[in-house]
Amino acid sequence: MRSTLKGLIAVAMACTASSAWSATLDNVKKNGVLTCGTNSATAGFSLPDNEGKWTGFVVDYCRAVAAAVLGDAQKVKFIPLTPKDRFTALQSGEIDILAHNATWTSSRDMSLGILFAGTYFYDGQGFMVRKADNITSAKGLDGASICVTQGTTTELNLADYFRSQSIKYTTVGFADEEAVVKAYEEGRCDVLSADTSTLNASRLRMAKPDDSIVLPELISKEPLGPAVRQGDDQWFNVAKWTLYVMVAAEEFGVTSKNVDAMKSSDNPNIRRLLGVEGSIGKDIGLGDNWPVEVIKQVGNYGEVFDRNVGKDSPLKMERGLNALWNKGGIQYAPPIR
Amino acid sequence: MTDQSLHPPIVNVALMPAMAPPADVRPGPVTWIKRNLFSTPSSAALTICFVLLAVWLLHQFLSFAVIKAVWSGGRDACRANPEGACWPFIAEKFDYLRYGAYPVSERWRVDLTQTIGAILIVWLLWTRAPRRKLAAMLFFVFYPVAAFVLLRGVALLHLPVIDTTLWGGLLITLLMSIVGIVFSLPFGVILALGRRSDLPMVKAVCVTFIEVVRGVPFITVLFMANFMMPLFVPDYLTPDRLLRPLIAIALFSSAYMAEVVRAGLQAIPKGQYEAAKALGISYFDMMRLIVLPQALTIVIPSIVSTFIGLFKDTTLVAIVGIADFLKAVETARVDPNWAGPTISSTGYLFAGLVYWAFCFGMSRYSQSMERQLARGHKS
Repeated sequence: MRSTLKGLIAVAMACTASSAWSATLDNVKKNGVLTCGTNSATAGFSLPDNEGKWTGFVVDYCRAVAAAVLGDAQKVKFIPLTPKDRFTALQSGEIDILAHNATWTSSRDMSLGILFAGTYFYDGQGFMVRKADNITSAKGLDGASICVTQGTTTELNLADYFRSQSIKYTTVGFADEEAVVKAYEEGRCDVLSADTSTLNASRLRMAKPDDSIVLPELISKEPLGPAVRQGDDQWFNVAKWTLYVMVAAEEFGVTSKNVDAMKSSDNPNIRRLLGVEGSIGKDIGLGDNWPVEVIKQVGNYGEVFDRNVGKDSPLKMERGLNALWNKGGIQYAPPIR
Repeated sequence: MTDQSLHPPIVNVALMPAMAPPADVRPGPVTWIKRNLFSTPSSAALTICFVLLAVWLLHQFLSFAVIKAVWSGGRDACRANPEGACWPFIAEKFDYLRYGAYPVSERWRVDLTQTIGAILIVWLLWTRAPRRKLAAMLFFVFYPVAAFVLLRGVALLHLPVIDTTLWGGLLITLLMSIVGIVFSLPFGVILALGRRSDLPMVKAVCVTFIEVVRGVPFITVLFMANFMMPLFVPDYLTPDRLLRPLIAIALFSSAYMAEVVRAGLQAIPKGQYEAAKALGISYFDMMRLIVLPQALTIVIPSIVSTFIGLFKDTTLVAIVGIADFLKAVETARVDPNWAGPTISSTGYLFAGLVYWAFCFGMSRYSQSMERQLARGHKS
């Protein structure tokens, strides 16, 4: 079934001639709007507010790309996609860029005709336990019963991790996340395991969120990143460097508030980042001002993180792996020169 | 003939006054209860059990939805009370649930469309309303055009075009259902007639369509329409994201409706067809004047069941990323600004009540319709 589908997709892709796709940047400029595929509803990442306006971490990434390409962060058309149809929508050209909570894996890069353009959020499977149990590390989970969502990689990751640590555990599986949280609250298990991005949102829904803590260990690698179609290197660069510009801006202390003042900074790194020196705009086919527009309209990486999922949001996630490389995390932008 | 006046009657000609029935068969609530609920000890025990169960369930429901519910305040008030529903959440999300992401300044257009629709539907469905033919004309011809112009917008008329990706909530659910209902009946009738046609080509086409569509789950049709079609047709030919499931739902419901109508057609005795033909009545007049009015009356309950099923099936479009009413509820409940233990239950309770209200309305209307038509039949 899967291979048939893949075959069909491959045939379809061959038929619809890739020439129409090779110039996504030109198409976006011509249409005056960026079509961006996002999650349909994930707290902190992409969610419509009361007026239906999209907000969230991956949404802000799309707005940053729109600011880079079109100079206006509002010129985005959001298409909510399910995990099932997100890659097809990208392959078929229905969306220009996919900003989903999609994990970057080798098989996705190699066999789906798409490329991940970086990692905007290092997610991973973690554990939530009750404070009263006084557990501080996943190594202390010997004999614990763990609530998980059935049929996901969550169970497989657990098995791998605990076998390598030779710790005994039992899983209690449920069909959906809602049921898992309820079971944990009712005390049917000691531990709740899921991706940390979900754990924090789940905790908020509990009657007593402060009674639980998320353990520091991550037992799986879930790098979430934006994806574009293969064969359009220019657009791939736009997707990749929009993200890097935001990360670099945080590193050099450029924020949405001070970006204009920073243009007259003496620091050559900042001058190159903001297009005052060097050729960051010309080489990529955008105006020299594009990094300034991204930072001014959307913010640097840290601002986007804090606003949507971090300390200024109800989710209050720790930066963790998503801190900058010089602050204990692994977010790192290649040099701009 | 004898002269009766000569022989005065020896029997009493006046009727005896009726005696009251014995106490245990006297009609009244007490007798009814005795007979139906407490006729035997086991029946009495069952009655008591179920009354207790019903009272307990009702109490649970009312206690959650009304008595212990939070009626004002914000997230903190709801969080402090895990026992009852959080209605301020629904109040705040109400507009989102109705319109989705439809721009706030243009929402009057949705209101206007829905008001016109409601007026026309009432006019059309209320059997004693005057000039219902005009209403039908307006509803089936004028209204779709007006709704399209109002909802989507036409730049020429100074109505900004609202992209369908912004539509959502109850607007989508009603749109899907009305399109499904309005298209399925006429197409269903045509398909049913086609299936019973003597022309082999027409028959083959209709049978194939009905069997193919009924042979695949609705979700599959939606998936095909949404994910596969864009892969096979060029970009500029791909229909709008909202139009695809609309077409799918119209085709799908017509196939089901066709079989319902066919059941009605088969219930009409063959003699009627033959009599009509013998009188030289043309095929279309025979169908229009004789067969279909009877056949459709017979299958009203099934038609309405199909409509109700269709109304609820519209929730499946959420799978292809269309934010219908249920999806809007799901989205609203994820909002971390409202997250709390009762938010999900409140959201789903509200969704259930809304769907129930619509379905119950349809069902009641069909019952009253049936009674009216059945009376017409008997007299």
